[in-house]
Amino acid sequence: MNGGLLLGASVLGLLLGGIYGLMASGLALTFGVMRVINVGHSALVIAGAYMSYELFAHLHIDPFVSLVITMPVMFLIGMGLEMAFLQHLREDREQFSVLVTWAIALGVEGVLGYFCGTDLVQISTNYANSSFSIGGVQIVYIYLYGFLLGALLMGLLALLLRRTTFGWSLRATVLNRQAAQLIGIDVAKVSAIAFGIAAAMAAAGGALYGMLNTFNPGSWYDLIGDLLIIIVLGGFSSVRGAFIASLVVIMFQEILSVIISPTWADWSFFMLLAIVLIVRPSGFFGVKTREA
Amino acid sequence: MTRRLRIAGWLLVLVASLLFPLVFTNPATLSIALVTLMYVGLASSWNILGGFAGYISLGISAFFGFGGYAFAITLHAFNVQAGYTPFAWLPLIGVLTAVVAIPLGWAALRTRQAVFVTVTIALMLVIQLSAENLVSITGGATGYGFPIPNWSAAFYYKPFYYAMLTVVVVSIAVAYVVRRSGLGLGLLAIRDDEDKAEAIGVPTKSYKLAAFVISAGLAGMIGAIFAYSVLYIYPQNAVDPLISMGAALMAFLGGAGTLAGPVLGALILAPAQTELSYYVNGQLYLILYGALFLAIVRLLPRGIIPSIGDQLRSRSSRHVDLLEHDGHHVEGRVDADDVKVMEGVRE
Repeated sequence: MNGGLLLGASVLGLLLGGIYGLMASGLALTFGVMRVINVGHSALVIAGAYMSYELFAHLHIDPFVSLVITMPVMFLIGMGLEMAFLQHLREDREQFSVLVTWAIALGVEGVLGYFCGTDLVQISTNYANSSFSIGGVQIVYIYLYGFLLGALLMGLLALLLRRTTFGWSLRATVLNRQAAQLIGIDVAKVSAIAFGIAAAMAAAGGALYGMLNTFNPGSWYDLIGDLLIIIVLGGFSSVRGAFIASLVVIMFQEILSVIISPTWADWSFFMLLAIVLIVRPSGFFGVKTREA
Repeated sequence: MTRRLRIAGWLLVLVASLLFPLVFTNPATLSIALVTLMYVGLASSWNILGGFAGYISLGISAFFGFGGYAFAITLHAFNVQAGYTPFAWLPLIGVLTAVVAIPLGWAALRTRQAVFVTVTIALMLVIQLSAENLVSITGGATGYGFPIPNWSAAFYYKPFYYAMLTVVVVSIAVAYVVRRSGLGLGLLAIRDDEDKAEAIGVPTKSYKLAAFVISAGLAGMIGAIFAYSVLYIYPQNAVDPLISMGAALMAFLGGAGTLAGPVLGALILAPAQTELSYYVNGQLYLILYGALFLAIVRLLPRGIIPSIGDQLRSRSSRHVDLLEHDGHHVEGRVDADDVKVMEGVRE
């Protein structure tokens, strides 16, 4: 076994894991706060990717720079979607939310296809393939930048959750929606903002996804399985758990693809899922909740 | 509705579906009828777990697809000739799918509702990935062909239609038997409150697994017939997330948990979505389908049949939100007088 290859795979997995963590954390946040399983989260990621793509292709704005446009726009879209379709859900919220968000995802896919076409595209910046070598490990800049962006946004989110009044309201809502309402937290407002934040995170994840992969409106379907499995492993409602789980899962996948074969790596998500379901159905990192 | 009216209604639908291919002989119409029947069967078998036990699954197309592949591979392995004989193998396919569903269901059902939905999506993806990657068994992305029967174009869909009708009748009958049995009562108890059901001695684990396995076996047979009718099976037509979604949506439209609801929902929605896909392009179709979906969940969250039932009963009583308790929204039905009393208390 080539040690260098293994090290390279681990580093790549770590960097890519940070990028996936960015996408998965939004999913965990919406479940935690709103008890909504947002199956459409990856459709928002693809929508974000398309926004960055269009801004790059037509206005030549660098995808890292255009985040100052796409993230606020997606924040508003997210809030709008939440208020229009999810706020009224009451009975069996968690299960109905899957149906509703799936419908939203289909709608997003249709709208993207209508305006942007269904051809595969990619955000190809001029530095897309440049890389540097450190200790014999070749690192592509985009992966590093993506990981740093992911870490930065996760850090900001953590600050927001731990240090601000809004963060306290949000965490109170995660702990107990009912009680939060009773002590005077505007749960509806907190939910809408949380969904907006998740959508903004999806926009950032989308810009990175669009630089690393070719995509079309149907790509959300490739992504959602991975993201859902990550948050199941991460304990479902834990943002931190989702981030750690992404690092673990993607590193596992990259290492597996080097030591066995890339075909086997496709199975890694499902193998980990099976192990977790059998050993510890509440996930590896999350708080054990009544529901999950 | 009285019992006699209900039986008459079911018989009417059965006779109408038996006569349908004799009246409408156009192959294009029959192919839509075949897809409609397929969805009636899928929504009814989905209902056994999703409706009775309240465990929404989005993985039914995993077993639909598995059944299709199992059928193609079995026919090939035993060198079964094209024509009617393949249909005789269907019960075996159903049993095979059910057996495979046992370990999968056991693992998936270790989670409660919310996570379960997620796991069923993953299950669907696993089956699709297997179909793509196990090339030596499934033929990979190119897929697997069926023996081609030499039926004329005008006649072609009729055998498939009647085979599908048979499986659909079996599915509804199974759902009826389950609903009437102790298993059905247990499943309803699980839907209402799983912890309490367990506390009063309902073997929740084995009941849920039984519902999962029965529903999978039926979906497997339906998938097998469908795959045979299109003569070719490949990962995308075998495991289509829109089929999972469609079955769940139709059951919800008609009324999940009722026997007639999924049938009604499928009879309305399946032809509508097929027609729609002919007239509008793929993108607009997705948008409209999504919008329809949102409208149904928004306007008729409990489905047509329960809503009609409410209307019939609401003359003497009023449906009110009683209270929110422990995160669960409790609803109840009380007499108009009680409402006045309660409103008085509130003031």
